[in-house]
Amino acid sequence: MSPIAHERRSLSWLLSSSLLILLPGLLLALSACSKPSNAAGEPLTLLNVSYDPTRELYEEFNAAFAKHWEATHGTKVSIKQSHGGSGKQARAVIDGLDADIVTLALAYDVDMLHDKGSLIPENWQTRLPNNSSPYTSAIVFVVRKGNPKNIRDWEDLIQPGLAVITPNPKTSGGARWNYLAAWGHALRKAGGDEAKAREFVSSLYRNVPVLDSGARGSTTTFAERGLGDVLIAWENEALLLTDEVGKDKFEIIVPSDTILAEPPVTIVDKNVDRRGTRAVAEAYLQYLYSDAGQELAAKHHYRPRSQAIAAKYASHFPTVSLFTIDEVLGGWKKAQKAHFDDGGVFDLIYAPKAQ
Amino acid sequence: MASRARRRILPGFGLSLGMSWLYLGLLVLLPLSGLFLKTFTLTWAHFWEAVASPRALAAYRLTFGAAAVAALLNAVFGLLVAWVLVRYRFPGKSLVDALVDLPFALPTAVAGLTLTSLYSRNGWYGHYLEAAGIQVAFTSLGVVVALTFIGLPFVVRTVQPVLEDIDADVEEAAATLGATPWQTFTRVIFPAVLPALLSGFTLALARAIGEYGSVVFISGNMPMRTEIAPLLIVTRLEQYDYAGATAIAVVMLTASFALLLAINLLQRWTQRRFEVRPG
Repeated sequence: MSPIAHERRSLSWLLSSSLLILLPGLLLALSACSKPSNAAGEPLTLLNVSYDPTRELYEEFNAAFAKHWEATHGTKVSIKQSHGGSGKQARAVIDGLDADIVTLALAYDVDMLHDKGSLIPENWQTRLPNNSSPYTSAIVFVVRKGNPKNIRDWEDLIQPGLAVITPNPKTSGGARWNYLAAWGHALRKAGGDEAKAREFVSSLYRNVPVLDSGARGSTTTFAERGLGDVLIAWENEALLLTDEVGKDKFEIIVPSDTILAEPPVTIVDKNVDRRGTRAVAEAYLQYLYSDAGQELAAKHHYRPRSQAIAAKYASHFPTVSLFTIDEVLGGWKKAQKAHFDDGGVFDLIYAPKAQ
Repeated sequence: MASRARRRILPGFGLSLGMSWLYLGLLVLLPLSGLFLKTFTLTWAHFWEAVASPRALAAYRLTFGAAAVAALLNAVFGLLVAWVLVRYRFPGKSLVDALVDLPFALPTAVAGLTLTSLYSRNGWYGHYLEAAGIQVAFTSLGVVVALTFIGLPFVVRTVQPVLEDIDADVEEAAATLGATPWQTFTRVIFPAVLPALLSGFTLALARAIGEYGSVVFISGNMPMRTEIAPLLIVTRLEQYDYAGATAIAVVMLTASFALLLAINLLQRWTQRRFEVRPG
């Protein structure tokens, strides 16, 4: 190699290695500059991070709230919404998605905003009425028109040869409600005998031919693919399916008792304080409890908490004996640990038989 | 390496190599090291529990097994498609050529949904297959179907240029020397495309191992039976078990890397072994 070539080579090596060191710093500096500054005068925005089936509800609610806020405060607010699987949404917020409000499918996912992200106080669920769930739902069955397998109650789901469609509780928050509804029913029926309840859910899940990863997937499997005799679903999803997709194809069956599904809402303290949106975020959640908010929830097939509004929609939501997760399982954290964590009851159903 | 002398006189080699290292470092090496580092938060016992449970083992078996079957199917039929595209002129050829790339462009979830609706009980294909006693949707067969679909372009697109490079006079020479068409194929054509075929196979395999979107819809996701390893990772994340999720990811990454390395070595060996032209 000639000395000149050598010189040139080491020069470019020097250049490239200094670039190698400098560039990450440069990137960092750039990203610091691009951070949004929340200067005064910028229009107020809120981000509501929610789960999948609430899209239509919040589209309408956001418009209503923006109008209400402008009428009472004279300033405009625009609300962005984000939807996805409940657990995935919670992880995104923990990882830094700038949510002002979360409206998720289960309290366990919101708990993790405290446990894994320190974004909210531990007692978040006591800050709003009704366990911070402004609307509820119930777990019901959907069967094919005429109910050919004559399914009336939970016990009918474990008969041999029946195919039950429900999503995977390991990947879907909604599916966990389904599972716990079956567990709660069996436990109450057996007078608190856990072994019997375990046997019941085991036989039930042995009748499940497909575990979709999310609730909408299960609905599709049952409704479009024609698989299964019965679909376990949230009442709002079931009503959506029968009302809007096929009233002549499906029927809703309400079992003798079922779990009260309480999808919770909260503000994300760390984010609203940094962004200066606490007041409007709190007003947003309060508005969910107002008559207007309750009406909208009912319209989108969620059971309203307000007695007055509930009475108005009584024909839409059949009365059913409802138990809560706190009553039968002592809350979400306990339920999660006993049933859905590794080695929990759900895993045992699928564990290979010990020889 | 005949090109070494030439490469030296290229200006800025050091700079471009440095930039390449930086680029790969930031995009590949750092994230992957982050992945490995994350698993260090686990104790050894936890790590082992996460990666070697019967359920995880069943998932690896399905993922790697179905990926291998799919890549093999693609190797056979991809070679055929490439052959037809290179050697024949026929109406609709450019359409076939474009069709090959479609699985690249389609979001995998859409592919999964479409395949599921085709192969399920009341779908176009599934209707007849189930009547014949073959269930595809929600079984491991369905996983193979999805992985074959998404891997198709890799083999065709790697073999095609090599086939184009083989001059027809090589075949003519073989024919004049008295070779049967079969002999010409096995002794002349196949050795020449084998390295490319292997690398197409590798790409299809690698793609299939990491595939998630199309498979979750068609597989049925039953633990121990039709649960793929990427779904297990998602399951762990759903439990906020980041370290457990990365542990499984690390196992898959290591296994894939070893597999790819082995196939690469094999490919280099065949290249040397079957090199026809003097080089």
